[in-house]
Amino acid sequence: MASAEKEIKTREITISMGPQHPATHGVLRVILDLDGETVVKCTPYVGYLHRGTEKLAENRTYLSALPLTDRLDYISSMSNNIGYCVALERFFGIEVPERAKYIRTIMAEMTRISSHIIGISTHALDIGAMTLFLYSFRDRERLLDLFEMVCGARLTASYPRIGGVRNDVNQEFLDKLYEFTEEYPEIIEDQYERLLDQNRIWLQRTKGIGVISAEDAINWGLTGPTLRGSGVPYDIRKYAPYDAYPYVEFDVPVGKNGDVYDRYKCRMEELKQSNRIIKQCIEKMPKGPVMASDAPKFTLPPKDRVLTDMESLIRQFILITKGPINAPEGEIYAATEVPKGELGFYFVSDGTGRPYRMRLRAPSFVHVSVLPKLCEGALIADVIANIGTIDIVLGECDR
Amino acid sequence: MNLDFVIDVAIIIVKIAVVIGVTMLHVMYATYFERKAIGHMQIRLGPMRVGPHGILQPLADMLKLFFKEDIIPKDADKPVFWVSPIIPVFATLSSLAVIPFFEGFVIADINIGLLYILAMSSLGAYGIVMAGWSSNSKYSFLGGLRSSAQVISYEIAMGLSLVGVMILSGSLNLSEIVKAQQQYWHGMYLIPQFLAYFIFLVAMFAETNRTPFDLPDAESELVAGYFVEYSGMRFALFYAAEYIGMIIMASIAVICFWGGWTIPPVLLNAVPALGMVPGIVWFLAKVYFHVFLYYWVRATVPRYRYDKLMELGWKILIPLALANLVITSILKYMG
Repeated sequence: MASAEKEIKTREITISMGPQHPATHGVLRVILDLDGETVVKCTPYVGYLHRGTEKLAENRTYLSALPLTDRLDYISSMSNNIGYCVALERFFGIEVPERAKYIRTIMAEMTRISSHIIGISTHALDIGAMTLFLYSFRDRERLLDLFEMVCGARLTASYPRIGGVRNDVNQEFLDKLYEFTEEYPEIIEDQYERLLDQNRIWLQRTKGIGVISAEDAINWGLTGPTLRGSGVPYDIRKYAPYDAYPYVEFDVPVGKNGDVYDRYKCRMEELKQSNRIIKQCIEKMPKGPVMASDAPKFTLPPKDRVLTDMESLIRQFILITKGPINAPEGEIYAATEVPKGELGFYFVSDGTGRPYRMRLRAPSFVHVSVLPKLCEGALIADVIANIGTIDIVLGECDR
Repeated sequence: MNLDFVIDVAIIIVKIAVVIGVTMLHVMYATYFERKAIGHMQIRLGPMRVGPHGILQPLADMLKLFFKEDIIPKDADKPVFWVSPIIPVFATLSSLAVIPFFEGFVIADINIGLLYILAMSSLGAYGIVMAGWSSNSKYSFLGGLRSSAQVISYEIAMGLSLVGVMILSGSLNLSEIVKAQQQYWHGMYLIPQFLAYFIFLVAMFAETNRTPFDLPDAESELVAGYFVEYSGMRFALFYAAEYIGMIIMASIAVICFWGGWTIPPVLLNAVPALGMVPGIVWFLAKVYFHVFLYYWVRATVPRYRYDKLMELGWKILIPLALANLVITSILKYMG
């Protein structure tokens, strides 16, 4: 008997989760070494959605590289556009008009709501609670319709411009959005939180899972709600404000334990805070232009002028083909708080109309790297919970 | 004598045909009803395209699955792969034999009906384990393992919860159990055996691999678990087995705790006209409620984690069932 026992060997099995897997949020591939149901080792592989965004930007003018950023984190395209614009505005020293700042802030926060909705609800869907997914998509649909109203696109907006926004918003849009902000907090409390926060299975599946301490979280370079879940109140909107964030009041929700539940809770609270910001922006929004007057290098002349006026035609031609002329040489790094975390744009300019180098600091990429740490010794089901909690979008991660 | 025998056999065959036919129809429309019910709970409409309000959707699904290619993985263990979808369907369908649908209508009125049903429901797990093993895929293998562990643990809790009913009724024959419940004014074991009913309800979900215990086919973890490699009609067989299993378990819950086809005597005394309603209507109404419960829970709760599931089974349900057993025995002994 004893000898027979000796001969029985157990072996770890390796399974490949993804790139086609319903719970890996796109095309993430995770190689799991399993001892029964326990994860011994977890190795994420990225790059299945690599499109060379950074390289593509080098061959485009500053103006025409903007739509590339839509395709990074494709569920929060407005935020990416704004990050891109903020970086270049700082580089070229352009002062954005007040109204445009408020509009942008509204857009960024609408994006934050719709992105967190996806984050929370797909996370819940992966854990098995499927009703929240459809409830929250009903509300997201309202936001997407509002996006469509203001710029004609629902997902890939390309609405902000260097120096402002493309066109002004109308009163109907603001009224509808205000109506949304009036109703939304109740929907969050009455539907979202009641479906999850009062659900024992949900609490069991999230509390104490995927714990990361504040120190570790900082060392791993986590940002956004993923970091704030561990209790670090780091938010670029507060620490290095841009757009209209200095003029509005909002809190930065933080967690305590750094587990899946706290990160989920942070996102849930941020929904309410974003709602608050939008409301304040609508109330405080001043009248005025939406495009900086000192940014002629980036504004295309009106179309009717182009067809009748020689100077405008030349300006249009130069802008489209060469980009802004007489751009300064140098480099800049500017970060904005996108729904996933800190999105940084690093530009090197050699004085031509195109960026010499555009480098992205994508939060999703950083967050994927922490996955092995979160999944150490966890069960397969926790791997799913952890992938959901870091809230990654592979478009941004693989660039 | 010979003629009597032939007639008996003919009657039984007709009964079997009727029961299987009606059950299969129920299975088809259980899928439709599930999609509709959950759809409306989730502020959408569910199937709407095939026929008015999608009423022909199950037929379309069946046709589609029937004509699908039957794909068998190259390195699969072929005989086992072929045979394993049939086992759960066989096991669940044969459980139907002992279920009394209304007064006097039961194919095989055997005196160990309850035991037979428990035996058959554990037999169904073999199909799942074999499917998981023979597919030669790690995902289905894990699904099969999870299922075997789950079914074994919850079988115990389920069996123990039914022992209380056996003690009270003094019989394993399902018709007898129903009749024994008539002694109460409420006509149900649900009230004296509420703890057992609760345990049975939880175990019923686990036994049929339904949310929140759908770990063997957790779509977001194991993609589809044990039947991930199956396609076409074999895939449909697994699904059919799951839904027949649900109906069987709902029937057992109704028979053992809700008084089967009978009406609570207190209700009958109050409104004697209710006695005109045939027993099958009551039985089906009660079964439909339990089947609806499956959908309701599915739309509400997330999935348990494997270790928590085991904890719930072994550390909570089984001790509770044992406590219920002891209390019931003492009460029975004291009269």
